[in-house]
Amino acid sequence: MTELKIKTMADFMATGEQPELLFWVGCAGSFDDRAKKITKAIVKILNHVGIKFAVLGTEESCSGDPAKRAGNEFLFQMQAMNNINVLNSYEVKKIVTGCPHCFNTLKNEYPALGGNYEVIHHTQLVQQLIDDGKVKVKEGGAFKGQKITFHDPCYLGRANDVYEAPREVLQKLDSELAEMKRSKAKGFCCGAGGAQMFKEAEKGNKEVNIERTEEALTLNPNIIAVGCPFCMTMMTDGVKHFNKEQQVKVMDVAELISQANDL
Amino acid sequence: MGIANIVFIVLFLAGSALFFVNARKIRRNILLGKDTNRSDNKATRFKLMTLVALGQKKMFSRPIPALLHLFVYVGFVLINIEVLEMIIDGAAGTHRVFSFLNFENFKLYDLMIGVFEILAFLVTFGCLAFLIRRNILNVKRLVMKELNGWPKTDANLILISEILIMGSLFIMNAAEKNLGSTYWFPVSGFIAPIFSGTSESTLHFTVEFCWWFHIVGVLGFLNYLVISKHLHIALAFPNVFFANLNPKGKLSNLQNVTNEVKAMLDTSFVPPAPKEGEVNSFGAKDVFDLSWKQLLDAYTCTECGRCTSSCPANKTGKLLSPRKIMMDTRDRLEEVGKNIDKNKGSFDEDGKSLLGNYITNEELWACTSCNACVQECPVNIDPLSIIIDLRRYMVMEQSAAPNELNLMFSNIENNGAPWQFSPADRLNWANE
Repeated sequence: MTELKIKTMADFMATGEQPELLFWVGCAGSFDDRAKKITKAIVKILNHVGIKFAVLGTEESCSGDPAKRAGNEFLFQMQAMNNINVLNSYEVKKIVTGCPHCFNTLKNEYPALGGNYEVIHHTQLVQQLIDDGKVKVKEGGAFKGQKITFHDPCYLGRANDVYEAPREVLQKLDSELAEMKRSKAKGFCCGAGGAQMFKEAEKGNKEVNIERTEEALTLNPNIIAVGCPFCMTMMTDGVKHFNKEQQVKVMDVAELISQANDL
Repeated sequence: MGIANIVFIVLFLAGSALFFVNARKIRRNILLGKDTNRSDNKATRFKLMTLVALGQKKMFSRPIPALLHLFVYVGFVLINIEVLEMIIDGAAGTHRVFSFLNFENFKLYDLMIGVFEILAFLVTFGCLAFLIRRNILNVKRLVMKELNGWPKTDANLILISEILIMGSLFIMNAAEKNLGSTYWFPVSGFIAPIFSGTSESTLHFTVEFCWWFHIVGVLGFLNYLVISKHLHIALAFPNVFFANLNPKGKLSNLQNVTNEVKAMLDTSFVPPAPKEGEVNSFGAKDVFDLSWKQLLDAYTCTECGRCTSSCPANKTGKLLSPRKIMMDTRDRLEEVGKNIDKNKGSFDEDGKSLLGNYITNEELWACTSCNACVQECPVNIDPLSIIIDLRRYMVMEQSAAPNELNLMFSNIENNGAPWQFSPADRLNWANE
């Protein structure tokens, strides 16, 4: 494995350089073992195309999304203003996030508090890189002929109307893209949003992620593709619930592109 | 002018005045909400209203009810031309005043009457199909428990009234045909034979009776609207016009929180003093704390349940139903409105509130904020914004968050992450 080249904003500052892009890793991408692999896949793609990017490292802090959705506007705004101070002090212009929740918050909710940046989600970045010819997907790659279904993250799809970028990326894999009945604007939540990730579900007769995984499994896919670390957790748990982890993998769009190119 | 015309004019004016008085009360109730600016981007708003309200764009994601609804909608809108004729006839003592439109070489009036009959037939067909869907097929979203009682009766009353109002038109025309009328009656022509052999006086009486039934029915229906979920026929238009134009993921920013946080981070910042009479509270406990748009949403909701039938919490058996959130908001607002009426214009504190007496914590904590309800609503109602405002009150005013969420809050506060990890370890992934 080639070594990852990662520099922080502070590293760039020390040499008087300015990166083209800030990679906002997010809490899940920094601390969750499964999500860290997605983070690394994104870095491999960035390294592969030679983009000059930085991370904030220990200067990054929670975007405040789960606090805001849970109703704690105070905590959200504290987080947001502190993050905005850091971002503005580094004169950050363009941000790519590894998580649709950070993406939504930074893009839509930071401007009212003085944080104005061009924010994209990593599936949008990968799509741009493919369109620009900077990332090529090898013919007959690792996922040729595999059946893949994409689970729309609510905060990328309905929340921000990004439905095509991840699908266009997946189409390059030479695999069969199968759509669930509830997809795109009708996509069914994984159950983690709105701070549900951090609490037990309210009383009901089923878990949301079981309902969603069941739907995905009716297509008999080889891979359930996701674009969100929380969906990753929920769908992985769902696949385990049905004892299908041998047959069905849950993978992020970035991991699929990275592996297809042996990065 | 005969006595009948005077009776008609009195009835018409009384019916219109009563509607006007009640419509003003609804307007007053909506304006109990807080101000929010929705007068920007007029061109975009107009386009959205044309597509979504006038053009029914979002209805067509479910084609069968959309088509049936289109019949009823188009029929109801166009038949108003005939109602206008009836009003003129009733007031002036004329008979079919628009019949001068039958020109020598083009029978425009015949065409109009014929088209109205076909539309009335489609309205009847649509309403019958809706009655069957609600009462025989028991389509799930139309028989859920929040519809028990008045909401179910309301829905059936609307459909039956529309069928009766349309039916009176057919019987009137059929009787008139038997009296020798030669206008084009494509639908009532078929039922005209039921009057064969009926005396002329009975036919005249039937025409008169149906005419009065129809016009009084229309006036009655107009006044029924104000206590019914059927208000959407009028409010759908302003509701879509004033809808949120931001990406659905963007939640509102609480400016009073911003002021406090700024003052905390920067001691030189002096927050603006609250306006006179304004209490600085966070989130919403009652309808007064919501915006006028959220209250307009509540009056616009026609309880179709597309939101609830797509809600992941509701689908998996949780208590939350976005439709119930909207119904509760309207019920509470009407209760407040009646309280104000009783107390000559001011609200007499009744010890109740939307949060607690109508909507429970358990419902609110089931939401995943996935926006499916917002996406599905054919008239751009936003139940999620109410859920979030009520959560804000629970968390910031009542400190009533579930324990696990309090733990998440303190993790973010102390470690900058929702889990208990040290911020110093944030870049460890790079070297693992």
